[in-house]
Amino acid sequence: MITAAVQEREHYLNASYGLKSWLLTKDHKRIGLLYLATVTLFFFLGGAFATAIRLELLTPQGDLVSSETYNKLFTMHGVAMVFFFLIPAIPGSLGNFFLPIMIGARDLAFPKINLLSWYLLVVGGLLALFAMLAGGVDTGWTFYVPYSTNYSNTWVIATGLGIFVAGFSSILTGLNFIVTVHRMRAPGMTWFRLPLFVWSHYATALIQVLGTPVLAATLVLLVCERVLGLGIFDPSKGGDPVLFQHLFWFYSHPAVYIMVLPAMGVISELISAYSRKPVFGYKFVAFSSVAIAVLGFLVWGHHLFVASQSVYAGMVFSFLSYFVAIPSAIKVFNWTATLYKGSISYDTPMLYAFGFVGLFTIGGLTGLFVAALGIDVHVTDTYFVIAHFHYIMVGGTIMAYLGGLHYWWPKMTGRLYPEGFAKLSALVIFLGFNLTFFPQFILGYLGMPRRYHVYPAEFQVLNVLSSAGASVLAVGYLMPMVYFIWSLRYGRVAGTNPWGASGLEWRTPTPPPAHNFDEIPVITHEAYDYGSVRREVIEVG
Amino acid sequence: MEPKFALFPEQASNFAPAVDHLLYFLLAVATFFTLLIFCSIFYFAVRYRRRSENEIPPEVHGGMTLEILWTVIPFGLTMVMFTWGASVFFSMSRPPDDAIELYAVGKQWMWKLQHMEGRREINELHIPVGRAVKLMMTSEDVIHSFYVPAFRTKEDVLPGRYTTTWFKPTVPGRYHLFCAEYCGTNHSGMTGWVYVMEPHDYEAWLSGGTGEGTLASNGEKLFQELACANCHKADGSGRCPSLVALYNKTVELSGGGTIQADEAYLRESILNPAAKVVAGYQPIMPTFQGLVNEEGVLQLIEYIKSLTPAPGRGAGAAGTPAAARKTGTAAAQPAPGSVPSNR
Repeated sequence: MITAAVQEREHYLNASYGLKSWLLTKDHKRIGLLYLATVTLFFFLGGAFATAIRLELLTPQGDLVSSETYNKLFTMHGVAMVFFFLIPAIPGSLGNFFLPIMIGARDLAFPKINLLSWYLLVVGGLLALFAMLAGGVDTGWTFYVPYSTNYSNTWVIATGLGIFVAGFSSILTGLNFIVTVHRMRAPGMTWFRLPLFVWSHYATALIQVLGTPVLAATLVLLVCERVLGLGIFDPSKGGDPVLFQHLFWFYSHPAVYIMVLPAMGVISELISAYSRKPVFGYKFVAFSSVAIAVLGFLVWGHHLFVASQSVYAGMVFSFLSYFVAIPSAIKVFNWTATLYKGSISYDTPMLYAFGFVGLFTIGGLTGLFVAALGIDVHVTDTYFVIAHFHYIMVGGTIMAYLGGLHYWWPKMTGRLYPEGFAKLSALVIFLGFNLTFFPQFILGYLGMPRRYHVYPAEFQVLNVLSSAGASVLAVGYLMPMVYFIWSLRYGRVAGTNPWGASGLEWRTPTPPPAHNFDEIPVITHEAYDYGSVRREVIEVG
Repeated sequence: MEPKFALFPEQASNFAPAVDHLLYFLLAVATFFTLLIFCSIFYFAVRYRRRSENEIPPEVHGGMTLEILWTVIPFGLTMVMFTWGASVFFSMSRPPDDAIELYAVGKQWMWKLQHMEGRREINELHIPVGRAVKLMMTSEDVIHSFYVPAFRTKEDVLPGRYTTTWFKPTVPGRYHLFCAEYCGTNHSGMTGWVYVMEPHDYEAWLSGGTGEGTLASNGEKLFQELACANCHKADGSGRCPSLVALYNKTVELSGGGTIQADEAYLRESILNPAAKVVAGYQPIMPTFQGLVNEEGVLQLIEYIKSLTPAPGRGAGAAGTPAAARKTGTAAAQPAPGSVPSNR
């Protein structure tokens, strides 16, 4: 063969071979791919649980599985998706891979800790997986006491420990990102020249480091109460079951922003790249990430409006919850304004970005509904809330994740995916998503409670629509899985900058060399500086 | 049950129109902004589509006026939402004084409801139209949540404490009662029906019981059966404080401090008597945890409440002077043989 004679350029994928070279790697890019494989596994596991749930809910009777099984299905769906997919997905894979490259660094600040955090996720994941295979857990992903401590006969402790261990993975990733952004920026890469992807990951890392220890402490208390009968939460021993809810949501509300802030960072990159313009109001978008991270810690009580919390506490938490809405709104408006006078292409990642903005807008606006005390009393613990947070987490985070994956796939693998199938997948996912979750807003306002195995017959029409949508959505999610794998072997070889995007990751060869840059770049421009891209095009051209 | 398809739930309480009006406002705001964003994106995406591969558009960095506008306008709108939502919520948390009082006990997986007049129900609640109804609720095991979608009200039901909810039904009919807080295996089976009846039908239904006695009189029986009156003598001469006119009074505690003798305090003093002892008395009372269930505690509380003259409280309790007189002699009477039902 002729090509065999040509010496192939060395890059991070062919620098070394063998299983050991992957399992002991300290290269953030390889660790990013390890995360990608892990979270993909949990995504399809969580998706399988969701499929079973939607099949059961086709009929009002509990005819496909028993109530015990159904309760385990929605619990394990939540555990797999929240703790082992949504939280690690974007920071672990795309963040790990691109954050160092985007700031012109050779790696993260602590490469060994980075590998450790992946191993912690795997150990936590195996514990959770063991609990699922051994019989499952039926407390709901929220583990409310006293059900989880004194009543459930399922694998609460193993699952709790799995989440506990995975939490340390999250803390270490956050720590690594914070130090890296502070200490490892290339010469000239000032804070206001950072890509917004980096800003949003920095804000996320703050939450991971400050919030996750509270979850860890809560889980320890839960396990102590269940094993030793401590009586921290048990009212018959003078404990307070609502205390658990305060502790749990003190982490788990900010955790929503751990899931969605990185997604917002991805969207800023995509919209800029495919309209070839700097993001409108860069500083507002950057600071809104930090504002979300800070304000996110002050609103946990909005999960407890009907949980016997005082009326005045409810009012304070409702008031503060509206403050979080503002930075999210600022982002949406700025993304939209970025399109103005742009050069907009309809490449697949941009289609996902459009989908994100639309679905996140609906998810965010319905957040205003549940933050309104009078309405939340009616819709809390109903399908309205389910629809709301799926619009944020699936419509938001997963759309951005897939958009980012398509955008950076050529850089990560050196191959392009088939564009036609990819566009189709974006469309199928958008339609399937809306058909699945929009009916649930109506269901919720009609009063269908969440976590119901059996439901009154008048709710069936909307449930059938939702299940039909879920089957479309499932096809949509399987498509990228297939063509991404296909592209690894048969995809067109990608050049250094297939999209004509700005950003340091598009200036280093595809796939990047093991140490990212042959020489450390010196930054002289702000992020998204398409003026200089044009000059280069002209020079080369 | 006739399956019917609807987009909005029935309005059957005083709160339903208030909540729905707030919803319409939010829907209008949300629809406006959704259309604004969708249409802008669609317009820009078409108008500014890429026309050649090497096209680089003019740089537009931002505009302070726009940033301020789209910060201030949404903020103003959200404050309207906050104020409106809070005012609806505030009225939901303040039951009127003339409300009919009822007790609800949640347990895996049923609702037990007790009327003051004595009727007890499981997974059914009969109430009259046009009268405010206040529910005082507790749980025997895990957390449940009392939810009637047609009334737009929901409140969690917790073990170890009392929570309240109230509503004024406005339309006679039959409405879903759901448990809205996940409570274990048969959570979705913890449902029932609320029957809103015309007042005369309600009166007839109320008097149609099997002669179980009023809640307070059952409490009195239990009070005697448990020999409470041996110590809690009505005239205050016993080893424990008199319970006459105790309800809602401010009580001095040994070790300093005071507490209002509300339902929560009475409940705690029955199940965990040493927690807050009245000043001047010794902590000699044993716990009644395990001897009396949540329904029994409610009956005892209702009996203690009946010893306090309180105009405007729900009718049907034993006449207070008579009850007080009876208590005075209770210690001398042998305990009646009938045991209050523990179902």
